[in-house]
Amino acid sequence: MQNRRDFLKTAGIAAAGSSVFGIAGCAGMGKGSGGHVVVVGGGYGGATVAKYLRMWSEGQIRVTLIERNTAFVSCPVSNLVIGGLKTMADITMSYDNLKSRWGVTVITDEVRALDTAKRTLTTTNNGTITYDHVVLSPGIDFMTDSVGGLSGNEALVPHAWKAGPQTVILRTQLESMKDGGIFAIHIPKAPYRCPPGPYERACLVANYLRQAKPKSKVLVLDANGEIQSKKALFTKAFESYKGLIEYRPNNELRSVDAKTRTAELDFDKVKADVLNVIPPMRAGDIAARSGLPLINDRWVDVDWITYEAKGVPGVHVIGDALFPAPTMPKSGHMANQQGKVVAAAIINLLAGEAPNASPVVMNTCYSFVDGKNAMHVASVHQYDAIKKQPMPVAAAGGVSPAANEIEGKFAHAWAQNIWADMLA
Amino acid sequence: MNLAKTALITLCLMGTTGLVHATDPNLARNLAATCANCHGTNGKSLGGIESLAGEPKQKLLQKLADYRSGEKPASVMHQIARGYTDEQLDLITTYFAAQK
Repeated sequence: MQNRRDFLKTAGIAAAGSSVFGIAGCAGMGKGSGGHVVVVGGGYGGATVAKYLRMWSEGQIRVTLIERNTAFVSCPVSNLVIGGLKTMADITMSYDNLKSRWGVTVITDEVRALDTAKRTLTTTNNGTITYDHVVLSPGIDFMTDSVGGLSGNEALVPHAWKAGPQTVILRTQLESMKDGGIFAIHIPKAPYRCPPGPYERACLVANYLRQAKPKSKVLVLDANGEIQSKKALFTKAFESYKGLIEYRPNNELRSVDAKTRTAELDFDKVKADVLNVIPPMRAGDIAARSGLPLINDRWVDVDWITYEAKGVPGVHVIGDALFPAPTMPKSGHMANQQGKVVAAAIINLLAGEAPNASPVVMNTCYSFVDGKNAMHVASVHQYDAIKKQPMPVAAAGGVSPAANEIEGKFAHAWAQNIWADMLA
Repeated sequence: MNLAKTALITLCLMGTTGLVHATDPNLARNLAATCANCHGTNGKSLGGIESLAGEPKQKLLQKLADYRSGEKPASVMHQIARGYTDEQLDLITTYFAAQK
């Protein structure tokens, strides 16, 4: 890897031969100067940063992606699988294009430890790997122990809040449920991954039950005092499932009896036929194990220009693991956006340049209320140099006036395009 | 180091510390990448949402202006277009117009 002085020298020489003074020389500086970046986690954030580092550095930066699963399974759209409208194959994609088209070294492995001083990672099967920059995109891990009786019983009381085998378990339980049964879903206190997701799930389960088992009921047990995203729209959607969906706010879960699928709440006890508990969550374990600064002992505190963990140069963290900036959702869309900001920042840092001082990120999340109609929440976040964090643009963003078929189609197109943006 | 080279490096450093945004060679690329989730990498959509790659700059700017003013109805773009400055939209549309 070139050091800063060598790089400036090269840039100067390159520009000396250029017919356009100055600016052409600057353009040359944005290109890669070598270096090795390791990305941990191949979800919406990690896959994006891996691809964009290779694409934008024109192959000059070496990228290794470490992911414990052999294929990518999307959380967005997974509620449609639970509702019987899509299959697991529809939301499962390979990492082959990242390897063959973009030249990313993809390793199926798990990171045991991160030494931020030595800039090394220890893996289970691939020994020790050194890096110039590491990007952690570890998503969330569950605080399962905070709900009594839950730990070890996730097959009986699934969360299905990480897409994959858990999605299949929940779908299978729903399919096996008797007509007249109760499907109870518990939502933890915010912040949690995908704010509108639990309410979308309630709608899509109800949509399935209305057709397949109309005597059944969906019970939404929310630890929060109100619906956390698209409140008016979901309130309307729940009304359209009158008699089928019952929403109960301020119902924090204390413990479960997995065998009888009973939820013990603050003031109530609910016996369900399918009990879907989304436990409280925190940044992926690797973040806490690596001694990164956490806020509320749960979420990583980052510098919003480079997304480096505060006080830990070279260790960038993106996605759901972050302590969010104001109104910034924990979404796949946002993780993808952050991945691009970090890819640009790392390319600049490796070239001895300052990173972009005014990064912009934006979000669009679609939620389905049935098989056809969807609605969005959108926002644009501009970096505020005084507050030193991205702030939502007040005049921008918002929600749909009502769930509609056009946005149902856009939601599917969004999925195809963002999956390609990460993986193709 | 000769004077010209020193001047060049100074200019480059100014341009990349964010003091002079318009000279950051990657700003347009970075901003346009915020559109890629829906409109495809470098504005090349797989379908269902329109591609932006290779679209004339003026046409894109006019559309965005109409979304902002509310003249052109939209499901979401009227809310997103209002989140970017005029300068940013200029950079974004220049970038997409240049994509093959």
